Amino acid sequence: MVQDIAINGDNAVALAWRQIDPDVCAAYPITPQTIIVEKFAEYVANGEVSTEFVCVESEHSALTLCTASESAGARTFTATASQGLAYMWEMLPITAAMRTPLVMAVANRTVSGPININNDHGDAMSARDCGWVMLFSENVQQAYDNSIIAPRIAEHPDVQLPIMVNLDGFILTHAIERMSMVDTNDIKKFVGEFRPLYPLLDVKHPVSHGNMDGPDFYYPHKYQSVMAMQKALEVAEEVFKEFGELTGRRYNLVDEYMCDDAEYVAIVLGSSFGTMKATVNKLRAEGMKVGCAMPHLYRPWPEAALAKIMKGKKAVVVFDKHLSIGAYGPLFPEVVTAAADLDTLPKMYNVIYGLGGADATVAGFKKTMEEVAEGKAPKITYLGVRA
Amino acid sequence: MVMANVKDLVVGGRIVQAGNSEKFFTGDWRSFVPVVDQDKCIDCYTCWIYCPDNAVVFRDDKMSGFKLTHCKGCGICAKVCPKNAITMKEE
Repeated sequence: MVQDIAINGDNAVALAWRQIDPDVCAAYPITPQTIIVEKFAEYVANGEVSTEFVCVESEHSALTLCTASESAGARTFTATASQGLAYMWEMLPITAAMRTPLVMAVANRTVSGPININNDHGDAMSARDCGWVMLFSENVQQAYDNSIIAPRIAEHPDVQLPIMVNLDGFILTHAIERMSMVDTNDIKKFVGEFRPLYPLLDVKHPVSHGNMDGPDFYYPHKYQSVMAMQKALEVAEEVFKEFGELTGRRYNLVDEYMCDDAEYVAIVLGSSFGTMKATVNKLRAEGMKVGCAMPHLYRPWPEAALAKIMKGKKAVVVFDKHLSIGAYGPLFPEVVTAAADLDTLPKMYNVIYGLGGADATVAGFKKTMEEVAEGKAPKITYLGVRA
Repeated sequence: MVMANVKDLVVGGRIVQAGNSEKFFTGDWRSFVPVVDQDKCIDCYTCWIYCPDNAVVFRDDKMSGFKLTHCKGCGICAKVCPKNAITMKEE
């Protein structure tokens, strides 16, 4: 039976994992992810799942173990955040290159320094070039839904790439929201059985994983991942559709709100999409034709879907919760690249906001959008900074 | 160098044929080549055990030389030989 519950984002991810019942989980606690593995460890201890839970001494070991266990042929989940993800960094591209489709929840938290435990996208964005598929969540419901969707995309025979489910630290991980559960049997049927390709533990067919490549093989193997990422775009669309049929909640490569007749479009990632929708409502009430969009799938980059949304707009404002200091936010150049194919390029603006948990408010977003419409906004705005 | 065709590759660079390192000729890395003095050699198999590339050849329990397609000239055989029967010569 499907029911609505009150739950925070971390517990929602753990709940989805309990319903999927993966073979192996190895993780190291780090705020604001800790509740996920704490809760999941409780499910393991209570015998509610058949998962082998491995306590490791660090995130580096966690991801190494998960990559190996996935290679061996076990469906494997892990979770981390911030410094933990940074500590995993050495393994991130290896996991992707070995094409081990493990699932990792990332409770987005900024990366030190200065030391700060609050939310921004610094951790995920610093890991974005490692070859992982990346999903972002607007609310607790999406953190839960993405956790169910993730293995389907990652484990698809033509994809076989690891996947990150991003949920904003504290804003989603620790906030209790109303959420609709999916029936466990439906989830088991939807996710299906894990069918690994050439697993190490298939002793009748000996294989070797993680081999060394000379230049004649390294680049071709990287291109193989390019092809898998392109495939992931199609697969994600199919899986979103199928999930929509199951639950009535339909996700898109790029989720959009009131973009059709909009003159100005804001692009935003994660929980701020909700804040931006409220901003759009306010601005619409005042007669400004605004819309907003969020790449639900961030890697592979849904360029065509974004270009379609931006077509014919006066201006596009890209809100980034991370900054490549000395350049722009990570979303901005990619949105501009997506727009470059359009016949007429909208005016493009970048807004850096919410770093290290700085306020991301409707008032702040609204003021920025008004400045854009009045032609007063600079190319890059550091929202709320007093200097 | 000609790059491998992506269509021929197994996912993630996995090697699904056991023992295909035979096809990878490491011999062209070599700058020193091992030379055996058969008068000193006692066919004890020590070099055969230590060779990282299976490049020491034995026939009928007799050490008969080196497989130069795979010997990369590391010199381990010369180092471990109990009779100093192997010397490394610059090629």
